[in-house]
Amino acid sequence: MSVTREEVAKIASLARISMDGEALDRMVPELNGILKWVEQLGEVDTSQVEPMTAVIPNTLRLREDVVDADPLTGGGKRDAVLANAPAREDGFFGVPKVIE
Amino acid sequence: MMNELTKLTVAEIRKGVAEGTFTAREVAEGFNANVAAAQDALNAFIVATPDKALEAADKVDADRAAGKPLGKMAGVPIGMKDLFATKGVQTTAASHILEGFIPEYESTVSQKLWDAGAGMLGKLNLDQFAMGSSNETSYFGNVISPWRRKNGGNAAMAPGGSSGGSSAAISARLCPAATGTDTGGSIRQPAAFTGITGIKPTYGRCSRWGIVAFASSLDQAGPMAQDTRDCAIMLEAMAGFDPKDSTSLDLPVPEWEAGLDPDLRGKKVGIPREYRMDGMDADVAKSWDDGIAWLRDAGAEIVDIALPHTKYALPAYYIIAPAEASSNLARYDGVRYGLRDLPEGAGLQDMYAATRAAGFGDEVKRRILIGTYVLSAGFYDAYYTQAQKIRTLIAQDFAKAFEQVDVILAPTAPTAAFGLGENLDDPLAMYLNDVFAVPASLAGLPAMSVPAGLNREGLPLGLQVIGNRFDEQAVLNAGLALEHRAGFTAEPEKWW
Repeated sequence: MSVTREEVAKIASLARISMDGEALDRMVPELNGILKWVEQLGEVDTSQVEPMTAVIPNTLRLREDVVDADPLTGGGKRDAVLANAPAREDGFFGVPKVIE
Repeated sequence: MMNELTKLTVAEIRKGVAEGTFTAREVAEGFNANVAAAQDALNAFIVATPDKALEAADKVDADRAAGKPLGKMAGVPIGMKDLFATKGVQTTAASHILEGFIPEYESTVSQKLWDAGAGMLGKLNLDQFAMGSSNETSYFGNVISPWRRKNGGNAAMAPGGSSGGSSAAISARLCPAATGTDTGGSIRQPAAFTGITGIKPTYGRCSRWGIVAFASSLDQAGPMAQDTRDCAIMLEAMAGFDPKDSTSLDLPVPEWEAGLDPDLRGKKVGIPREYRMDGMDADVAKSWDDGIAWLRDAGAEIVDIALPHTKYALPAYYIIAPAEASSNLARYDGVRYGLRDLPEGAGLQDMYAATRAAGFGDEVKRRILIGTYVLSAGFYDAYYTQAQKIRTLIAQDFAKAFEQVDVILAPTAPTAAFGLGENLDDPLAMYLNDVFAVPASLAGLPAMSVPAGLNREGLPLGLQVIGNRFDEQAVLNAGLALEHRAGFTAEPEKWW
């Protein structure tokens, strides 16, 4: 399978990466080279194989069902959370206007 | 004196500090000086933190004077790959999008190392978001390997990647040891390229909490150092259960250093026939044969084994890792931290797209696009599900092999180091560097690289030992047996 310039533009848009014409022209053959190479996986009969979900079997743990049981997620971290924000206003993240 | 101290191993530094032969401060000063002197030539560090190294050293010296017990890494200054979040010290993953990011928290692994008495010399350069095999994708410039080709002029050589700052810094004696992370070979291949030792433990041994995520089902931290013993010491300090990482192994940390034993009598070593590929580099093939002879000499029985799906590991990896990366890197949006690029009059969506276009390098974009494509509706099963099924088959191949053998011996990389720029034009040629490293990553197995000798150009070659899950001890023991017989003492001739 290969991708066209329009499809790469669509993928870039889905990935929220702005790409000009020149960047797209460069990316199309590179992506097609990689996609062509990974196509060899189709040779393998996997009809009886389960896809891997965990490389080392492990059980998912639950934290105690107590408010503030976890000091990381228990709250009271507003300033730390906002410390690296590119724009912050009144204790919130600042973003450009979303609703017209 | 100072210059001599920077030649010591982790074990020697710890012993000298504990016995009062020298102080931790003297050690830190020696390495701080080496870091500063090499920065312009090697670019191994993104940020140097000499004061942090001194502060930690002074604490160890004070603890010793007060008769307090000293930790496993007491008095040892180390380099920290700039993928680990360090509180109050810029953490970038070698990307523009995280330039200036100052974490409000400390990664679990780095905290464990500080608690064990280690100090931080600085944050080490790497491939951007750990994506690369030559350290050429860093936003902060290439790392230059201290190694050069014999009679090859002064061509700058790649230190390997993604932990290229770590490997270059250790081989140039800017630090006795460093952290690395390995997603598909990022500890082992740079270790092989620079004549040092590095181990990726079983997936889940070291907490991923506070490590900038690339491919979460594969990412694993590990130590890089001069020799096997140092790796055992440092891995003990890094490993352990962490409730903050849902994939952390809830197992006690073995005493790997105390368990080191290079006597392999009664052990079986598997030699996977599929790794002997057509057109294999003659020097790499020879070093592999040397390694087989060395392990036989150590008492092991050599067994021919089959890992039939080996050739599919690399293409499967280049679906799975980009898929996870595209998801993990969605968090870089210019809202909460890192770079924001807000063109005049742009809305929120335009801000995301402009920020990510400006903040990610070409290789990162390439992988995000591949990942986005293979996860998109209509293609998910053909690519991603198929790759995860292949991953199951690869893990089954290893499981069958480990019914027969204790460890597997293979080359670490298909060639010795290449020159900077030599593999840049073709992403696939670069990916092939990890052809021997990726299968163990996909199966979550412990694997290490040990220096084996020099090739005809005078560049280091590494041998890889792969072990069964949770059996780092067998890997370290075989590594030690190789180390004793390889007698690798070559060092890069100092030009920096």
